[in-house]
Amino acid sequence: MDRDEHQDRTTTVAIAGNPNAGKTSIFNALTGARQRVGNYPGVTVEKKEGECFRAGRKIHIVDLPGTYSLQAASLDEKVARDFIVRERPDVVLDVVDASCLERHLSLTSQLVELGVRLVLVLNMSDRARAAGQVIDLAMIRERLGCEVVETVGSREEGIETLVAAISTAAAGELRAIDIDYGNEINTAIDAVLAAIRAGGEGRMQPYADRWVAVKLLEEDPEARRLLWEHHSGATAVAALAGEIKKRIEGHHGDALPVLMAERRYGFAAGLYREVLRCEPIDRQHLSDQIDDILTHRWLGIPLFFLFLYALFSLTFRLGEIPMRWIEEGVSRFGGLVVAHWPGWAGAPLKSLIVSGVIDGVGGVLVFLPTIILLFLGIALMEDTGYMARAAFIMDRLMHRIGLHGKSFIPMMIGFGCSVPAIMATRTLEHRRDRLATMLAIPLMSCGARLTIYSLFIPAFFPEGQRATVLWLVYVIGVVLAVVVVKLLRSTLLRGETTPFVMELPPYRMPTAKGIVIHMWERAKLYLRKAATVILAISIVMWALMSYPKPASYEVDRRIAAGAAVTAEQAAAERRAEGLEHSAAGWIGRAIEPAMQPLGFDWRISTALIGAFAAKEVFVSQLSIVFSLGQSDAQSLSLREELRHRYSPLVGLCVMLFCLIGTPCVATMAVTRREAGGWRWALAQFVGLTVLAYVVTFAVYQIGSW
Amino acid sequence: MRPTLEVTPPGQAVRITGVRAKGALRRRLIEMGIVPGARIVVMRIAPLGDPMEIRIGRTNLSLRKREASTIEVAPADEGAGAQGRHRHGQR
Repeated sequence: MDRDEHQDRTTTVAIAGNPNAGKTSIFNALTGARQRVGNYPGVTVEKKEGECFRAGRKIHIVDLPGTYSLQAASLDEKVARDFIVRERPDVVLDVVDASCLERHLSLTSQLVELGVRLVLVLNMSDRARAAGQVIDLAMIRERLGCEVVETVGSREEGIETLVAAISTAAAGELRAIDIDYGNEINTAIDAVLAAIRAGGEGRMQPYADRWVAVKLLEEDPEARRLLWEHHSGATAVAALAGEIKKRIEGHHGDALPVLMAERRYGFAAGLYREVLRCEPIDRQHLSDQIDDILTHRWLGIPLFFLFLYALFSLTFRLGEIPMRWIEEGVSRFGGLVVAHWPGWAGAPLKSLIVSGVIDGVGGVLVFLPTIILLFLGIALMEDTGYMARAAFIMDRLMHRIGLHGKSFIPMMIGFGCSVPAIMATRTLEHRRDRLATMLAIPLMSCGARLTIYSLFIPAFFPEGQRATVLWLVYVIGVVLAVVVVKLLRSTLLRGETTPFVMELPPYRMPTAKGIVIHMWERAKLYLRKAATVILAISIVMWALMSYPKPASYEVDRRIAAGAAVTAEQAAAERRAEGLEHSAAGWIGRAIEPAMQPLGFDWRISTALIGAFAAKEVFVSQLSIVFSLGQSDAQSLSLREELRHRYSPLVGLCVMLFCLIGTPCVATMAVTRREAGGWRWALAQFVGLTVLAYVVTFAVYQIGSW
Repeated sequence: MRPTLEVTPPGQAVRITGVRAKGALRRRLIEMGIVPGARIVVMRIAPLGDPMEIRIGRTNLSLRKREASTIEVAPADEGAGAQGRHRHGQR
């Protein structure tokens, strides 16, 4: 069949379900490599979509965020609910961990109440069967009016049956089921329903009037919108609903939506009892035994740090080799371009392409191996289930500063690189926690900053003190992170700490396919979004540091006057003068008065501008500005130069400023993406820079007494 | 004052007699199946002393002690499907 025929028969399928039910494995089994990640419009929630071609139709699949309910209380729930309600997919898959059917039927009942073409997918059915559970599938079909399929997503079992069920469901009717909320609330629903019908039945198609009545009582914004947009007597209906709500809430002392959630759970429990033929034996020995060790009172924390250490050393050791290849490759490529540059194209364009574009792209690519390896580590921890244990272990500490246990791992990853760390904050359910963590992560001194420390510390401090100073810098970073989080949580990001009720899924052996897909998704995201921004800004940085050029160079005048200068020395001096004359140099001199109280002169200030592009650029700019040509952090002559010109106090201040302020472009690009807008990325930049200024100022002034 | 979940030692099974939480926390608890009549086994306490891990149905949940203190419990009789694993109290 060719593409056009497929287009006509596209079936949209949404995958809903609890977290940890294996939705992802079902999604992967259906779509394979044909998947992509994007965003739901207007929000920073990931949207995973994919395609599959089966049984003569094209199936477009959207993997909704895992939720325990569709009440629109959290962003994930809202997104999932809005997608089902607004986009009206042809079929909704409700993926359940078959061993947790009882609890899960609560979500299922919300779906059938809404009225969708449902396919109930009893995933991980092997585990449930092994525990002795027997479910009457026919009874489920009868009670819920939907297809039921048993699958084992991780082994791709039952997928063909699932596809057949999707086809059947897509051709079938939409059915909505009324949930029994108990006498009092049922009466209330009937009353509101009558009021709605009084203004004309079926006004809010395709939504059942009863569903709207139920949702109005639950204070659902979508239902309210429907009412106001389509119903002539909206005011009266809304008023009635409000009245009834107050009365019932008065009786019970709690919000009506909560009471209804309770009733819904009772309905689900009753349903479970009806379909259960044989009760499973509760048996989860292996996972619990592993937890006995991994969350052991004394062993738990050391083991946790051991795993983190293993993650980092593996990442950086394994990552070094491809990093070097990439650096080599980029500089060779640059050399080739320079060698074969057509004369007619001009020198400025050559410089733009080589120093701007190629070096800029190189700067992005060089990050990549480390980032991919860190993502691999994160994927491994998430897919095995260990991530939840890490949050469990660290929660008390995080809670003290106003964060969630899940914030700990992203902050730890920040010690490697802020980019994957900020992307790892996706696991935090609530935006407030995510933002607070994201804004504080740059204070976890990242690997790139180490290049700066490895230049400055040996330059200013004797052998014996070096380790202490390094330690000090890291500790200051952590302390400041805590301060920043506390500050944010009491000002911009105020609010109650979110409940920590968190599931600890049984340990699972992840599939290689699943891990690779998981890791690759993230890497693609980084390449697509962050990389383009980084490249653009790198080019801007390059322009700032290269232009305007001086009309003539002093060293050339000296040579003309007869001074003996080697070609190398001349080149170095030309570069230094070029930098001084450029926009960056001008800015450096312009802000010098502001930087003097920190102990910085214009040279440091100019070089700091490069720090925004990447920390390594700061080092190379420093060596340029001291006419040492282009050298790196290991350069002994640069060390000497620094030692002669500045005091250890200034050295410390520079390191502090680089630690706290100057988040690199990559960090800001990723923050913008994850926080959903430049506003927060800018806040991060401004906040950190101001903090850096204040702290460095204090340290310098106090140290100068 | 009825005994609440957060003082239940690891290894013990209890039955929920009431949930005092309100609002968002209550809703969250309900979603996880923490309702009167449900049976809970306390698994362990985290190394730093908080939160605690419980088993409800066939799910392991983590709860802060503050949240657990809103759940009223009574000792459960050993019924079918009991885990019967004992462990030394961690507190």
